[in-house]
Amino acid sequence: MTAQPPTPETSRADLLAVAELVEPGARVLDVGCGTGSLLALLQTTRRVDGRGIEISQRGVNECVARGLSVVQGDADEDLTDYADDSFDYAILSQTLQTTRRPRHVLEQLLRIGTKVIVSFPNFGHWRVRLLLGLTGRMPVTRSLPMTWYETPNIHFCTIRDFVELCAVVDARVEQAIALNRAGARIGFRAPLWFWNVFGQQAVFLLSRGNGSATRQAGDAGAG
Amino acid sequence: MTETRDAGTLSHRANDESTQPSSPSVTFGPDRPLELDSGARIEDLRIAYQTYGRLNDDCSNAVLICHALTGDQHVANTNPVTGKPGWWSLMVGPGKPIDTDRFFVICTNVVGGCMGSTGPASINPATGRPYGLDLPVITVGDMVRAQAMLLDHLGIETLFSVAGGSLGGMQVLQWAAAYPERVFSALPIATAARHTSQNIAFHEVGRQAVMADPDWRHGRYLEEGVNPSKGLAVARMAAHVTYLSDEALHRKFGRNLQDRDSLTFGFDADFQIESYLRHQGSSFVERFDANSYLYLTRAMDYFDLAETHDGRLVNAFLGTSTRFCVASFTSDWLFPTVENKAVVRALNGAGASVSFVEIATDRGHDAFLLDEPELFATIRGFLSAAADARGLAA
Repeated sequence: MTAQPPTPETSRADLLAVAELVEPGARVLDVGCGTGSLLALLQTTRRVDGRGIEISQRGVNECVARGLSVVQGDADEDLTDYADDSFDYAILSQTLQTTRRPRHVLEQLLRIGTKVIVSFPNFGHWRVRLLLGLTGRMPVTRSLPMTWYETPNIHFCTIRDFVELCAVVDARVEQAIALNRAGARIGFRAPLWFWNVFGQQAVFLLSRGNGSATRQAGDAGAG
Repeated sequence: MTETRDAGTLSHRANDESTQPSSPSVTFGPDRPLELDSGARIEDLRIAYQTYGRLNDDCSNAVLICHALTGDQHVANTNPVTGKPGWWSLMVGPGKPIDTDRFFVICTNVVGGCMGSTGPASINPATGRPYGLDLPVITVGDMVRAQAMLLDHLGIETLFSVAGGSLGGMQVLQWAAAYPERVFSALPIATAARHTSQNIAFHEVGRQAVMADPDWRHGRYLEEGVNPSKGLAVARMAAHVTYLSDEALHRKFGRNLQDRDSLTFGFDADFQIESYLRHQGSSFVERFDANSYLYLTRAMDYFDLAETHDGRLVNAFLGTSTRFCVASFTSDWLFPTVENKAVVRALNGAGASVSFVEIATDRGHDAFLLDEPELFATIRGFLSAAADARGLAA
């Protein structure tokens, strides 16, 4: 029951990238919080007032047993329970691709959180493209280790696809980070196509747009 | 009725506990009446209670346990009537999830009960006879108000936690809504913010069974030296089915026959489940007062926390700083997950700190009383995080 408090050294690169985007002391809702790694990291390093939603009973029970405020729920169904602007940050970490209605979920997050952070595996990464192109089969990689028929990931997207969804739901991209295979950041100035090929993970900080769907992250080149 | 023992009257021990409880009790004088939701009042209110562990110097480690319909204050000690271990002795005790080495645990017999707190079997000071149905109808709000009077008497301003299942969970929710500043954390388990129509229906069946027993005598059976045992036993048998689940009954009893190789083509207890239920009924009537059963089921029926907060449950919790942990069980059809989730939804809407677990088990509503490791881990984790937040010594 004495869960080791996560230290930056032991945490995954994508969780650290998310944590760095969060202001200390903020109110945070982590949607799809799993066993609570990110929430625990945020509480330790950012002293947030953190809440979580998790669909699996095992995940929820583990979170609650380690003292986190987590409710069992489904991102696709239960986000409507939360009031507008009830959190400083609504976070969707490695969960977007598992939702049945990604657009609905993203819209709900933008309503609930003043800022929204989304991280997801990039299906446009060169290894994914290579595997699909060469073998003609759905890729199984280190970061996407499950076969297509067992994976909970039902809505894969590429970085480019996600940028497009942001425009559709009128989300402003405040900041975007792409991480390569080694967990290192890809240069901020690199063009989107480069991110979309070499980024294995993407982390986006979003806010509500003001009605004019802007395309913040550029659209240069074929990706 | 091969299984039924002689259950003509309430056992002497049960009768003694209701009039002279072996646990501590406090009687409030007529100057401190309990004001009831019905507008009536109870003078000479007595609250019988039990405590475990030690209250720390700044009175910050008190945990109030609220018992369910047929429970009592004997949470973790041998029950003085049945001789069996306390009803939550798996949960409460030294080193248990509700750790009496760390927390000061209090449990009161609810008003309307029959284990020493004022109830229908108590003597009505106005008449010198047992109250019977002259006791005003009691609500969950009244139960909680009486508990608050006891805490005031004990000098406990705030509770580190309030915990309970079923009717106990209703009291937990009522505590959090009525005295948010006195409740640091709350554990409503297998409960609801309102009693459903189906549950009111089951209760009405039970009450009608009691009242149809000729020995009920319009609630005056104590003075007439009889007991509506048959009616109360039927009520208990019907209710007991609702505390279990089809899967659990099937696993435990199936269609197994009781001490026989074939059907008797009669109405004896051929099946094990029949024999089991008859036993549940007959042992219950030896320890429980029939009129108390009427009052406590009524209190549950009347409970609707939204209705008392302008029709919206979220209003009951607005601005609360209490930390909540709600737990439900997959096979509980009396207080199903959906009812528990309605509470969670309202708490989320109110911006409260809330955890919610649904525990997979086939043991039905009674799972909250049983050995459920997931429930223990949840409560242990929740309380220990809350204790850290409150700065309680480990």
